Order: sequence, then structure tokens, then C-alpha cells
Amino acid sequence: MKPLNLLLAMVLLCISTLTFATPVDTYEFKSADNQKRALSLAHELRCPQCQNQNLIDSNSPVARDLRLEVYKMVDEGKSDDQIIEFMTTRYGDFVLYKPRVEGRTYILWLGPVALLLIGLMVVVLFIRKQRSQTADAADLTPEQQAELDALLKGSQSEVDDNDKGKKS
Amino acid sequence: MKKLVLFIPLALFLGMGIFLYKGLFLNPQKLESALEGKPIPAFQLEKLETPGEMITQEDLKGQVSLLNVWATWCPSCKYEHPFLMTLTRQKLVPIYGINYRDERAEAIRELRHQGDPYALNIFDKDGRLGLDLGVYGAPETFLVDHKGIIRFRFAGPVDQRVWSETLYPMVKQLQQEAAAEAAASGKTNATGAAS
Repeated sequence: MKPLNLLLAMVLLCISTLTFATPVDTYEFKSADNQKRALSLAHELRCPQCQNQNLIDSNSPVARDLRLEVYKMVDEGKSDDQIIEFMTTRYGDFVLYKPRVEGRTYILWLGPVALLLIGLMVVVLFIRKQRSQTADAADLTPEQQAELDALLKGSQSEVDDNDKGKKS
Repeated sequence: MKKLVLFIPLALFLGMGIFLYKGLFLNPQKLESALEGKPIPAFQLEKLETPGEMITQEDLKGQVSLLNVWATWCPSCKYEHPFLMTLTRQKLVPIYGINYRDERAEAIRELRHQGDPYALNIFDKDGRLGLDLGVYGAPETFLVDHKGIIRFRFAGPVDQRVWSETLYPMVKQLQQEAAAEAAASGKTNATGAAS
């Protein structure tokens, strides 16, 4: 049993190291800050060749080149906006995981908010309607009220009778 | 009136259904080109066949042309190749090649064996021009007008169908535009000379 456990542990260890296998580039950053910024940028940009991988995750040659391009631009002191501009002038908005706020993306950005507002409106209207209905129910004519009282009393005394019956 | 209100959710559902259904038929492989309407990016690269001889974007101007990104490692390029040969034989439009991330010797050998449809071949070893063109795979074909403006990008192999349905109508139109412009400028030149 013991060797089996050891084997299992080794297999698991292998798997765990495999999951961290990202493309390794031998790129030396000028500073740790640059490295952090470049990596986060590369995480936010989509590889144009792959359908849903960012520049870091992808092994495709295009992704590798673009990754290095991003690293270089960060080291050259370019701003995030400049780098994103560089990418979108070549590959279009496809490379952005987070679409820009502009004419054709308003529905993306505002759609959920609009839906939420519509939902809230429906809820408010529904509650109001319910309230006015219960208020209507309270508006009884004196005869109706008397009838209701009688009924309630009757049922109450029935309940009382039942209670008595149980106790005895 | 009140009953109509009850149909709003159904209408919304149908609206979204149609929207999403249409989305099913979009081709996610096909990216719009961000470069359409922009000039060919500036570059200076060697000619494939003769190292040392430089080509720049200026060499591609002056006539409507196709700019075809290809490589020996690319199977779809091999599929596309015979059709490019036919196009060149028909002399409808010059095709400029961009040999993309390739080995020079191998590329030259390939052209020698399979035929060379290209009027000019740019050797883009590092893929830098490809990067500036927004190339994400090969083959890709750019339609360039006589001023060197990219008018259309087609990703994937060009074949008879793509050519006759998509590319050729555009090529014809651009060539007419170029001819009209040349005629107009010819006239102004003539009047300028006369006065």
C-alpha cells in the first residue's frame, strides 16, 4: 500500500506542476514593476489567432510575438493606452477582452443596467398593485363588514369548541 | 390594452432569441481587419530571391494589386497556390507575395518547383510586416488600391469561388476608379501644359 501512495503522490505532483506550465519567454524586464504591468496587460489582451486565450496562455507564434511586443513597449515606457492602441490598430477590437465604451458597445455596457432597471420597475409596479388591492379589500360596506364579523366570530367559536373538545 | 402588456416578455424573449440565433452563424475565425482604409504600413525588407535588394511600401503603389501572405509551412497556402498561378496567367491583377516567417532557401525551392505567381516577393522573416498588417495566420490576402490603401482583407485561401464572388468585383471596381483618376489627372496636366 505504501509504494502505491508514493506513486500517487508523485503523479499528483507531476500534474500540479503541469498546470502551472505557461509559455516561458526569456525576456528580461528592466524592473519588477514593468514586469508586473506587462504581464497584466498581456493577460487582458486576446490572442488574435485563438478563440479564447489571452496572450500569456497561448502558444501560437502570433501570441508569442505580440507578447514580446507588449513586454518591449512596457520597457520602452509606453503607456497602457498606447499599447492597447498599437494592438487595436492592427487586430481590431477583437483583442480586447474588455470592450471600449463607444457607440456600438453601448448595448453591452448599458444593456444589463437597463434590464435591471426594467426588472426593478416591474417589481415596484407589482408591489404597488398588490397594495392597492389589499386596500380595496378593506373598503367594505357596513353590511359586508357585519357579515364578515359574524363569519369570523362563528369560526372563532367553532375553533374554541374544538379546543374544548380536545382538552376534555 | 392591459392584455398587450402581458405580451411584452414574449416579445423580449423572441427579440433576444433572434439576436442570439443570428450569433450562431457568425464566423468567429473571421476578424474584421482594422487596416481597411489605411495605407500599407511602412516597411523595408529584402526581396526573397535576392538578399540585399530592398523593397518598401512605395514599390507596391501605382496599381491595384493583391498582397498575399504565404509560407512553405502553411498547408492552406499550398492549396491556394495553383489558383494564384491561374490568376497570374490571366494577368488580371499583379500579386505581391509576403513570405511570412519562412526559410529563404525553402521558399525559393518551393517557388521553383511549384511555379511562381508573384510579381514581387517580400521576405518577412521575423513576421514584422505581418504583425503590422494584423496577420494572424496564413494565407491572408489584402486588396490594395493604386494609392497603396488597403481596401479589403481576406483571411484564408483564395479559390475560384472567393475570387469570382468577392475579390474580382472589387478589383474591377478599383481598377475603374484608378483609370478614371488617371484620365482626370491626365486632362488637368494637358490643360496645365496648354495654358
